[in-house]
Amino acid sequence: MSDATQDGPVLAADGRPLKRSLARALRAQKLRALMLIAPLLIFILVTFIAPIVDMLFRSVENQIVSETLPRTVVALDEWDPSDLPEDDVYAALALDFYAATERRQHTRLGSRLNYETTGMSSLFRKTGRGVDDIGEIYTDQFVDLNEQWEDPLFWLPLVSDTGWLASRPAEGEDRPLSLFRIDAEFGASFPRAAEAYEVFARTIQETDGDDPAEEEPWHLVYAALYHDLMAIHDSGEGAEGLGRFDGPVFVAALEAVPGFETQSYRDAFEDIDEDWLDLEVWGTIEAFSDPFTAGYFLSSVDLQLTPQGIEAQPEDQRLYLLLFWRTLFMSGVITISCILLGYPIAYLLSNLPTRTSNLLLILVLLPFWTSLLVRTSAWKVLLQQQGVINDILVWIGLVADDSRLALINNQTGTIIAMTHILLPFMILPMFSVMKTIPPSYVRAAKSLGATNFTAFRRVYFPQSIPGIGAGCILVFILAIGYYITPELVGGRTGTFISNRIAFHISSSLNWGLAAALGSILLAVVLVLYWLYDRIVGIDNVKLG
Amino acid sequence: MKLKSLMLLTTGAAFAATGAMADGHMAGSMTLVSWGGAYQTSQTRAYSDPYAAMHEGLEVIWDESSAEAVARLRAMNEAGNITWDLVDVVAADAMRLCDEGLAMEIDHDEMLAPAPDGTPASEDFGEFIVSDCFIPQIVYSTTFGYRNDIAEWNGAEPDSVCAIFDTENFPGQRSLERRPIANLEWALICDGVAIEDVYDTLETEEGLERAFAMLDTIKDQTVWWSAGADTPQLLADGEVAIGSTYNGRLFSLIEEQGQPVNMLWDWQMFDLDGWIIPAGLPEDRLARTLDFVRFATDTQRLADQALYISYGPTRASSAPLVGDHADLGIPMAPHMPTDPANAQNTFLFNYEWWADYRDDMDARFQAWLAQ
Repeated sequence: MSDATQDGPVLAADGRPLKRSLARALRAQKLRALMLIAPLLIFILVTFIAPIVDMLFRSVENQIVSETLPRTVVALDEWDPSDLPEDDVYAALALDFYAATERRQHTRLGSRLNYETTGMSSLFRKTGRGVDDIGEIYTDQFVDLNEQWEDPLFWLPLVSDTGWLASRPAEGEDRPLSLFRIDAEFGASFPRAAEAYEVFARTIQETDGDDPAEEEPWHLVYAALYHDLMAIHDSGEGAEGLGRFDGPVFVAALEAVPGFETQSYRDAFEDIDEDWLDLEVWGTIEAFSDPFTAGYFLSSVDLQLTPQGIEAQPEDQRLYLLLFWRTLFMSGVITISCILLGYPIAYLLSNLPTRTSNLLLILVLLPFWTSLLVRTSAWKVLLQQQGVINDILVWIGLVADDSRLALINNQTGTIIAMTHILLPFMILPMFSVMKTIPPSYVRAAKSLGATNFTAFRRVYFPQSIPGIGAGCILVFILAIGYYITPELVGGRTGTFISNRIAFHISSSLNWGLAAALGSILLAVVLVLYWLYDRIVGIDNVKLG
Repeated sequence: MKLKSLMLLTTGAAFAATGAMADGHMAGSMTLVSWGGAYQTSQTRAYSDPYAAMHEGLEVIWDESSAEAVARLRAMNEAGNITWDLVDVVAADAMRLCDEGLAMEIDHDEMLAPAPDGTPASEDFGEFIVSDCFIPQIVYSTTFGYRNDIAEWNGAEPDSVCAIFDTENFPGQRSLERRPIANLEWALICDGVAIEDVYDTLETEEGLERAFAMLDTIKDQTVWWSAGADTPQLLADGEVAIGSTYNGRLFSLIEEQGQPVNMLWDWQMFDLDGWIIPAGLPEDRLARTLDFVRFATDTQRLADQALYISYGPTRASSAPLVGDHADLGIPMAPHMPTDPANAQNTFLFNYEWWADYRDDMDARFQAWLAQ
């Protein structure tokens, strides 16, 4: 045993351990190989994987609620869902809604929430039209008190951060205005008004490029100021509570506010639309306030997210499980009919002389040169009740004229048309595998006494299985995602889940639900692939 | 900010240099999106050909993508690259695009030409301005055509939309659109609900069940179509006896192809089609688009479109100007859905209501269909 005489690892010529030096050489080689395929890999990552991941991400993404109504969502944290929210929630909603309307985002949120609760779309549209009246009652009373209140330039020095004021471009200077900052002291004395003014100033700056020095504050600012002044009044501090803002205008206001005519935020919303007093509306906002939601996935399996938790959809709205099941079932039927039709053809092709088989192969490929729509429409002409096939059957006398067969606009139509369209994907892998089976095996079996059938069953067929496997995977996966053909010939019983996905992508714009349905479909395919690997073995699949 | 002021500066300069180059600040090409087919041809002949003749060197590109316009516009908007300048969509889609912030809000009086007598555009279009972003163009209707050679009908001809539910007197297959809109309304009207109560009834559970129960009576004898070309083909092949589709499709089936089919105008549902301008266009392209839209939606141009296709102009002032079909030479006025003889019983697509109930009703309807 020569190894036994050496201690320590085997060394290479340069004195390093051989194992490490080998690994190093291999790593360099692998890296070079990776560099060679890098362009393709990056291309696939960027153009294929990334969009898919992005699309799948939409199935859980739900930032729109918390981005459009940030204060409302926070204020709702402590809400007891059995009763209407407190007035401060309505106050937060008013401010959020006003800003969202200025940014023209409220209708987007309305359409988003309308997927969950009917009526949200028009509620949000209508509220967007009415929200600028909220608080008007206070503006009028402040202005009655002193006309200075409606002067933007009266407000600006009071509420602005001194640094921001100093940074304002001078007259005639062409320099953009930086984003408004609120004065800290004003914020300490009048927290609600400060928040409202800041939202006002920033929103008009960002949406229309307006300058707060030229715009009258929103009514909501006056409403907020009223509540701040009332709080100071109620605390009993008197003019002391005004801090550095104890000028005559504020003192007069502080004295006047207890006599103001008031309107609660809730009443203001009720005036716009009484649906704001509907618990279901608030429940929906609350249930979908998280930045991520399982709602789309729940909808995809006929469940729904309600304020009370997860519930089953009402029976007459359950659709998706049925469609998933139907898609799988029909794809299976289509795959099986492709095997039944394709196997003899592939067998024939592989056993004919090359010249003839090439000609026949062209016939198999011919449909690929015709548009999918044309092929599908041709099936309509053939299969409809006044179509060619029914005409022939009636003429032969197999079918009575008044009971013609319904071969299209139902499951039968989808299965026939899709079997035809997908047949080449079954025939080609089978053909290329059968080409490689030496005819001598079958001859040998026969010479050993096997009948034709036994020789086929025991010798030929097992060798052709890899081709069937490859064909099945191709056809089944293609079938599961098909939607044009089922849409055209499927009628009401022959449509697939992909038709609903297409509808939600292009028509209802519910991309979240479409993404969730697509993710489930993808998961189902992967599970089936895994099962296939376990049962048949993916090594047994050959494309030639 | 800098770019914007630069652009303003250059547009200002271009304005100053007007005279020699009247539209120097406008883009030299524009991409219009429409539905293809006879409809797009009518737009090309009535709007873009005359406009291009007036503006030498202008490149007009047509894209036949209106069917997927909503999804495409959203994708473009997310990618930050809007390649379309003007998009032809149905009013419900315009509303959706407006809600999503994907279409620009329009000041109709300022951006569109007044009627020849000076009536402002917003009054001339009237109730057809169903959304702030929508520039109405045509009124079309979803209505019925029936074969007039069916022996089993014993010479009877349907004069009411309820013939579709009357399988005794009018046996045969029907074809209806594979969506709830219009079908639910017709079902309730034929179940005896007055038109003004239809939507209130549909909002209740019992009312909805009533509508579905009515549709149940013909569910299995109906081909549910999703493409506007389906019903004309089914009627022409004798596959269905009566079916709904767009009135323009029926016009060409009857008048151009001479098929034995008649129109049934009873309770036709008006719908609108028009332009939207994508939100976020650069200034020069927006200027071009606005200039074109002003031209293409004036009183004469809208009346001209009706020479090529049987859809009614949305301007009140255009109606008297509608003449004879450009190729067939027949007067077009009697073929307009808005013609008084055809419009005895009609209703307009209830956009507000359907915007709210569409998601819900669609789920119900598709579940009902699939079961």
